[in-house]
Amino acid sequence: MHAVQTSDLTIHLGEVEALSGVSCCIQEGEFVAILGPNGAGKSTLLKVLLGLLRPDAGEVLVFERAPEKVPSDWIGYVPQIKTLDRSFPAIVLELVITGLRHSWARRLRQADKKKALETLELVGAVHLAQRAIGSLSGGELQRVYLARSLVRHPRLILLDEPVTGIDTLGESDFYHILGGYRHVTKATILMVTHDWEVASRHAQRVMVLNHRIISFGPPAEALCEECLRQAYGKPDLAARHELRGGLPHA
Amino acid sequence: MLEALSYPFMQRAVAAGLMVAFLASYYGVFVVQRGLSFLGSGLAHAAFGGVALGLLLRREPLVVAVPFTVFVSFGITWVRQRTTLASDTVIGIFFAVSMASGIIFLSMQQNYTTDAFSYLFGSILAITRTDLWVTGFVVLLALTIQPLWGRWAYATFDRELAMADRVPVILDEYILSMLIAVTVVVSVKVVGIVLISAFLVIPAAAARLLVHKFSTMTWLSILFGLSSTVIGLWGSYLLDVPSGATIVLVQAAIFLSCFLAAIGLQAGYRRRHHSETER
Repeated sequence: MHAVQTSDLTIHLGEVEALSGVSCCIQEGEFVAILGPNGAGKSTLLKVLLGLLRPDAGEVLVFERAPEKVPSDWIGYVPQIKTLDRSFPAIVLELVITGLRHSWARRLRQADKKKALETLELVGAVHLAQRAIGSLSGGELQRVYLARSLVRHPRLILLDEPVTGIDTLGESDFYHILGGYRHVTKATILMVTHDWEVASRHAQRVMVLNHRIISFGPPAEALCEECLRQAYGKPDLAARHELRGGLPHA
Repeated sequence: MLEALSYPFMQRAVAAGLMVAFLASYYGVFVVQRGLSFLGSGLAHAAFGGVALGLLLRREPLVVAVPFTVFVSFGITWVRQRTTLASDTVIGIFFAVSMASGIIFLSMQQNYTTDAFSYLFGSILAITRTDLWVTGFVVLLALTIQPLWGRWAYATFDRELAMADRVPVILDEYILSMLIAVTVVVSVKVVGIVLISAFLVIPAAAARLLVHKFSTMTWLSILFGLSSTVIGLWGSYLLDVPSGATIVLVQAAIFLSCFLAAIGLQAGYRRRHHSETER
C-alpha cells in the first residue's frame, strides 16, 4: 500500500508557488528524508499531507484517502520546536496526552496517564513527566514532542526539522529512538531536514526539493552533486560542501 | 456587608457582579494566553458604538449593542484569519472605527451625555431584573458549552497541532469571539466600557503567575474574579466610591500579591537548586 501518493501537486502560498507539479509515491514502511533550501516547500508538503493546506491543483492521497479524511490517529506530527509557545502553562504529561485525546485534558485519566508514561519511558523522558514545558531544553522538548506523536501508535510520522538546535548526543539518541519505533511498528517516516549526513545515514530514500522535485531516490543517487547544485545553487552548495566535509559518495 | 445585602439593589449588584466576574475570568484565560488582551478594550469600545446606536434609535441600548459587538468580533476574527496582520493591529482598526461610529451616533441626538456616561463608567447599582436574567442566560450558555474548553485550550497552545488533529479551530474561534463579545456587552452596566478589559485580563494574568497547568489557571482565574468582585463591592459600599473601579483596584492588588509570590517562589527555587548543586 502507498502511504503517500502525490500527482502533479501544485500549491500557492500568497503569490509564491510553494510546490509545483510534485509527483511521488512513498511505500508504507519507508523512511524518506526531504531536503532543500529554505523556502523550498518542504514544510508546505508536510502541511498538505496533514490536511492543513489544500492543493490548488493535482492530487494527494495519504493511505489512499484525501488527507482530511485520514483518521488523525494514523499520523504523528513533530513540528519545529521554534514554533512552540513556551509561555503556555502546561506540564509534559498534559502535552503528551493531547496526542491521545486530540483535546486539552481538564483531568488526566489513569489510562491516558499510563499510556503517556509508557511512551515517555520509550523516549527516555519519563523523568520529565511533571515538568513545566517552559522549563525544558530544546533536546528534552523534542523528545516530548516525539512521545506525543508516538503515543497514538501512528502509521505515518511526519517530522519537521526535528533535531534543529539539539546537540550531537541528543540527535543520535533521537534517531535511535525513532529507528527503534520504526523497526517494531513498520511505520512510514517522512522527515524534513537540512542535514545531508543524517539523511544519507538514516533514510532509505531522499527527496531533494526546491518547489519541484529535483531528485528522489536512494541517498547516493538523490544527493548527487548536480542535484544539489540544482537545488541550492552553486555558491551555497560550495559553502555547505565545506561545512559538511564533502558530499556523500555513491 | 450583610446589612448592605438587605437592599434589593445591592442583591442585584452582587448577583450581576459575580456572574460577570465568572464569565470574564473564565474567558480571560484564553484572552491572556492567546495574546489578545487588547481584545477586551476593542470589544468594549465596539459595545460603546452599539450602545450609542441604541440610544440614537431609542431602543434598549444593550439589545442593540449585543449584535453590534458580535458583528465587530466576527470582523476582527475574519480579518485576523485572512491576513498576516498582528492581532493588535486588527483590533486597533475595529476599535477606532467603532468608537468613531459611536461618537457620530451620539452627536446625531440630543441629551446623550448622561446616558452615555452611565455606560462608559458602569452603574452596577442600576442593574435591573432583566439585566440579571440576560446575564444569567449568558452564564448558562457558558456552562452548557464548557466541553469546548479542551478544544479551545488545545488551539490556544498550538493552533496548527489542533488543526492537524481535526479540531474545528476556525469555527471554535468564531464561537469564542462571539461569547467574549456577549460577555463584554453584559458586563457594560457592571463595570463600564472603560474598565471591562481589566475583568478579562487581570484575574487570568494573576493566575498565570502562580501555576503551571492551564486547568488550574482557569480555576484560579475564576476564584480571583469572584473574590475581587465580593471584596470590591463591599469596599465600594463602605467607602462610597464607584464599584467597578473598586473591583478593578482589588484585582490589581491580587495581581501584585501574585507577582510578589511568584518572585518569592522563583528565588526559593534558585536558592534550593544552588544549595543542592554545592552539596
